[in-house]
Amino acid sequence: MSEPNEHSQARPVTLRVNGTEHRGQVEPRKLLVDFLREDLGLTGSHVGCEHGICGACTILINGEAARSCLMLAVQADGAELMTVEGLAPQSGGPPALPGKTGQLHPLQTAFWEHHGLQCGFCTPGMLMTAYDLLQTNAAPSEAEIRAGLSAVLCRCTGYQGIVEAVQAAAETLRAGEEDQ
Amino acid sequence: MEEFTPKLVGARVKRREDQRLLTGQGAYVDDHHPPGLLHAAFLRSPYAHARMTQLDTSAARTREGVVAVLTGKDLVSLVKPVRAVSKMREYKETSFPPLAVDKVRYVGEALAVVIAENRYLAEDAIEWIRVEYDPLPTVANERDAAQPDAPVLHDEAGSNVLLSREFARGDVDAALAGAAVRVRDRFRFRRHATVCMENRGCLADYRAGTGELTLRSATQCPGLLRDVLADLLDMPEHYIRVVAADVGGGFGAKSSLYPEEIVLCAVARLLKRPVKWISDRQEDLKTSTQAWDEIVDAELGLQADGTIIGLRADVTTDIGAYSIYPWTATVEPIQTISFLSGPYRMPHYRGRNRGVATCKAPMGPYRGVGRPITTFVLESLMDRAARRLALDPAELRLKNYIRADEFPYKTPSGLVWDQASLTECMQKARDVLDSDATAQWRVQARAAGRWVGVGFATYIELTGVGSAIPVSPGMPIATGTEAAFLRVDPAGTVIATFSVAPQGQGHETALAQVVADALGVSFGSVRVICGDTALAPQGTGTYASRSAVLAGGAAIRAGQALKEKALKIAGHMMESNPADLDIRDGQVFLRDKPERRLPFRDVAKTAYAGLRRLPKDMEPGLEVTRFYDPFFGTASSATHAAVVEVDTETYAVTIKRYIVVEDCGRIINPLIVDGQVRGGVAQGIGAALYEEVVYDDEGQLLTGSLMDYLVPTASELLPIEVHHIETPSPTTLGGFRGMGEGGTIGAPAAIANAVSDALAHLGIEINEIPMTPEKLFRLVRAAGADGR
Repeated sequence: MSEPNEHSQARPVTLRVNGTEHRGQVEPRKLLVDFLREDLGLTGSHVGCEHGICGACTILINGEAARSCLMLAVQADGAELMTVEGLAPQSGGPPALPGKTGQLHPLQTAFWEHHGLQCGFCTPGMLMTAYDLLQTNAAPSEAEIRAGLSAVLCRCTGYQGIVEAVQAAAETLRAGEEDQ
Repeated sequence: MEEFTPKLVGARVKRREDQRLLTGQGAYVDDHHPPGLLHAAFLRSPYAHARMTQLDTSAARTREGVVAVLTGKDLVSLVKPVRAVSKMREYKETSFPPLAVDKVRYVGEALAVVIAENRYLAEDAIEWIRVEYDPLPTVANERDAAQPDAPVLHDEAGSNVLLSREFARGDVDAALAGAAVRVRDRFRFRRHATVCMENRGCLADYRAGTGELTLRSATQCPGLLRDVLADLLDMPEHYIRVVAADVGGGFGAKSSLYPEEIVLCAVARLLKRPVKWISDRQEDLKTSTQAWDEIVDAELGLQADGTIIGLRADVTTDIGAYSIYPWTATVEPIQTISFLSGPYRMPHYRGRNRGVATCKAPMGPYRGVGRPITTFVLESLMDRAARRLALDPAELRLKNYIRADEFPYKTPSGLVWDQASLTECMQKARDVLDSDATAQWRVQARAAGRWVGVGFATYIELTGVGSAIPVSPGMPIATGTEAAFLRVDPAGTVIATFSVAPQGQGHETALAQVVADALGVSFGSVRVICGDTALAPQGTGTYASRSAVLAGGAAIRAGQALKEKALKIAGHMMESNPADLDIRDGQVFLRDKPERRLPFRDVAKTAYAGLRRLPKDMEPGLEVTRFYDPFFGTASSATHAAVVEVDTETYAVTIKRYIVVEDCGRIINPLIVDGQVRGGVAQGIGAALYEEVVYDDEGQLLTGSLMDYLVPTASELLPIEVHHIETPSPTTLGGFRGMGEGGTIGAPAAIANAVSDALAHLGIEINEIPMTPEKLFRLVRAAGADGR
């Protein structure tokens, strides 16, 4: 059992999230996902199991997919993070009205078109995992997509719309690169 | 009113809710952080059955950040105990205290709560509560529980058998005595966990100034919660607001009242501060309602030509430690004997059941309630009969389906099927499967030593249940109606509010399609809001495949009523007879002279402009509330077909093809319907092959993490082939039938039949799920084969 105040000795943490630098004081035992959600107000990363199986909390840490529930905030000191909130290009204008289309990343657009989500709880982790997959494999086969996405559990969709969405997004992203 | 003419209904409209969910802007319970928020953590019993001899919270109260610690005794003066009431005969009513008093009855039962400044500190303080337990003998399973000398969980019931019931038609014993062929087996569905990706959670906020209590909860049933909380807390209903904004999956497990919801409301009112509790995954696996755990002894009799003459069955259900509110412990066992006669003509029938209390988490409704196991039992017996009679299993089904001219058909348990497309679904499934080619492939693969098989399953299910039948038998709450609250603002936007509350089913899109069609306006000008009792006070929520039928029907009624008034106003404005006008695409026009038109928004503006602009004696404003009760409800039906291969070395089952042909009536949005079917099948595949809740003989949960309880990932699943027969229901407004549960109903049966087919040469017939490699290995061993 712990003694009083043992956990209260906050440490300074500096990290960049979605291109913006954040400085904060954080208890050494605080999970990175709790820091993102509670201290930075970035509630897009979800907590589904806290033991690294469900993948809802997946974010990019220094460019690679990782579970933000299996890491302490202090371990991310100095790191460059990307969360689902940073996926869409930032328009700078007021946010789109609900039901209207704002700017979306090709992955988000493809999830929308292929019904790659129902309740939406796994979606942020699924998107970030798919983003990571397409970074390392621009033209994955269906089996490679399924293996890549097996890091995140979805209970609603049966994964079919998600797999189709990642295939479609991969094509869009490849076409975009050829144009450049 | 005129007939409902679909225009947007039937279209593949992309979901409106996706924008926020895709960008991390959803509003799940845990995303709310009101100022002054406190956090709750629960102390839970490590024993399956024990008397608490001491519960000392004094040390915990002094820990850093702790605001309050409460036990079951502290709550006695704050809330009434929950009684799961049912008028059903031979049901024993029991209490379910929000925090255990004196005695605990399953591992994970909450017995104290710590309220602290953050969750870390609340969990720290939990460890400082001292409890002395006097362990009692564990009631580990349904067999032990029903013994005459078994320790009794609920003294007030006097026995662990909390319910028993029988449904019968004809003389089944005489009929089976005269049957040419009888097939029987003992079938078993192991205990199942729902595993919503969002764990349960809630946030209660009490405003002392106004006396209002707001509960945000990950629930399927905000209206139902509001009603029962008003009673338990002794508050007027209108002072309680229950909000279910974005909810991360439900599937039945979020449809009941939970102890934590009661405790948080009581604590928020006591402390006059907002309090939040978010379950962790282990708590969720320990305490969310679990499903099934049923044993069915069933025997089917047929004539020599394959005509069914009768079915008799005895069902035992392990209902766990408590009867839940409002569905009670009867929800699964009663529906099992209600649905067992299936999609077939069944002249003689008897179904008996018993529900037995044990030291496990309470059993509750799960996607399909009663239908997954009854489909498994009956469809397994049909395949056994086909093998005995050397008949094609599909032909045997086609011979026995309720025929088109027999609808409406009354089942032995008294349910009425309005209409179903049983024959059409099976024929289409065989076409899609390409039966001849598949049969050829099967012969060739078997000749090469592979274990491959094909299985069918047909079901019919009751959906959109109205007030004639309670969703759970004898239950005191009304589940037969829902309402649509429609309000047009002066700018012409329709705000459509519903008391149903989705957890991913896309109501904001589908119901907007229905309202837009009923009124004649564009999809973009209808905004749908669900899941807030302050905005939609009457109604219960989303469960039992009811929202498309009940809320959809209410939407049609309300939309048509609004249209009637809008046309009267427009007629006045256009100096025309309202009967000559119509609305389409947001324009009011003269039917004979469509170029004479008026934007709907001008009509809306006029509606609020005062009497001077309105027809004589018309009340200003443009809003209506309409209720809908389908009374009996309607039927949905489907045939599923599975092609499987069992690995001869690892005994793992691979599904090669999975086909669904279903009739859910008029389809509102094919994108959403296909998503529901595929997701339902995915859960059925998980149940068939991987998922099992395991308790040991001491009542300890051995599957308390997602490493032990296996939910299928993308790698285990395959593309599901979905086809539709679209026959509008003859009995519901709009012709909608409910369909959210169907996928899960058919899958275990179809896969089990396919595996039995693959192993038929070894004489193996599957009678239990999940079909794990270990179980198949044992079956093959017992059959005397070594796998080659």
